[in-house]
Amino acid sequence: MNLASPEDIARAIPDGALIALPPDYSMPAMAVVRCLVFLKRKNLRLLGVPVLGLCADLLIGAGCVAEVETSAVSLGEAGLAPRFTEAAERGEIVVRDATCPAIHTALQATEKGVPFMPLRGVLGSDLMRERKDWKVLQNPFSGAEDPILFVPSIAPDIALFHARWADEAGNVWIGRRRELATIAHAAKRTYVSFEEMKPGDLLEDELLAPGVVSSIYVTATAPAARGAWPLGVAGLYDIDDAHLAHYAKAAKTREGFQRYLDEFDWSGKKNSLPA
Amino acid sequence: MIARLIGDARHLAVGAASPIPATAAFLVKQKSPALRISLLKKRTGNPFTEGSRELFDLVGQGRIDVFFLGGAQIDGEANINLVRADGRRFPGSFGSAFMYPVVPRTILFREEHSRRTLVSRVEYVSARGDPAALVTGKALFSWQKERRRWLLESVHEAGDIRADTGFDYDAPPEVPLTPVPSAQELSVLRSVVARQIAADYPDFARRVWGIN
Repeated sequence: MNLASPEDIARAIPDGALIALPPDYSMPAMAVVRCLVFLKRKNLRLLGVPVLGLCADLLIGAGCVAEVETSAVSLGEAGLAPRFTEAAERGEIVVRDATCPAIHTALQATEKGVPFMPLRGVLGSDLMRERKDWKVLQNPFSGAEDPILFVPSIAPDIALFHARWADEAGNVWIGRRRELATIAHAAKRTYVSFEEMKPGDLLEDELLAPGVVSSIYVTATAPAARGAWPLGVAGLYDIDDAHLAHYAKAAKTREGFQRYLDEFDWSGKKNSLPA
Repeated sequence: MIARLIGDARHLAVGAASPIPATAAFLVKQKSPALRISLLKKRTGNPFTEGSRELFDLVGQGRIDVFFLGGAQIDGEANINLVRADGRRFPGSFGSAFMYPVVPRTILFREEHSRRTLVSRVEYVSARGDPAALVTGKALFSWQKERRRWLLESVHEAGDIRADTGFDYDAPPEVPLTPVPSAQELSVLRSVVARQIAADYPDFARRVWGIN
């Protein structure tokens, strides 16, 4: 189903939803995230696949988030994610710390329809004391002592990301960003904003088909030119480093964050925000 | 010095923001062209096509020999902390809890060498393992696996390392100075390697070598 705008996607995401989101370098649907802020969604639970950045910081700062499960939240070169950092330090959100491959593994379990999956490493980490839902079991196939971590599958309510193309058949093209395919496979519903509509069916193009997430997994799409801005789309536009640096500075205080939000052109007339 | 630690590795991966280890890796590659270097943050021609899980899958299979990890805190038992300390929240553990115990040779790297970063015991163990070494802006430590204790191998400049280090460690009676790069290594660093690094770490290359 093709919707008219990013706002239509945001309206389809209810309060309290568990939303799987990609890292800042892997095409977050920023235009939809801004609509979630505008709509004042509440008690969202974010899953970082496997880490989070600006999209999570905006939602946390705007009071939309109750809980975050992630391996990290940061703005990369621009430094700490200020609204996440303050909310975590003040205990205003629940933070369920994880480690990158544990999140990938939990989603891959859901892809396969199995209840859990094992993963090496992690055993000496304090994560093991905090994550009561993770279990250490003996490798059932080994005669020697071989403890191994088992993580339960995670099935997000919503997968939300941006794509380079959608097509008339309801497929989307993500190229090499295969973590987006994993979250689409694992989520109950998948919403994708996209840069451009391609005529026809991308699965009929042998060169593009390997980068496609098939319409089987896609609930709805919506056009959003420059929809990842101020983050980037490989080969199309780069991360707007200057804007990220501006945000990192502005959002250091609650007042500064509010001023940053007030600068937005919420009317959408410019389909963009002041740089 | 990091280049010497990398030694005869076949495949080395560099994570998020590590221009200095990346520089060492490219220096080694000049001498050992067969060394494969996978930069997680490579902007063009990135080596990964299966998304961000591929690095971890490679490690799980034993296809990566050397990896670098840092920490907001690193302690005397070689634990690293990327989560919280003194009421402050840091970004999080990233992949460290998995990478550290699974990669055969993990090199801990932290430029700041102070009692703030090198502590007796971290407040939160993001990851623990048996590292190959700890490299800081002031010194090189090797890890004594049986004793679970650091050994000071060398210092980059004469000075009181113990005063700047929050954990206890072993040290020889005379601590040698870290060997400086040879003239030939320096020349390679400043030419070929600098250009390779500038492609993915432009700010670092500008600061260190004045490359724009």
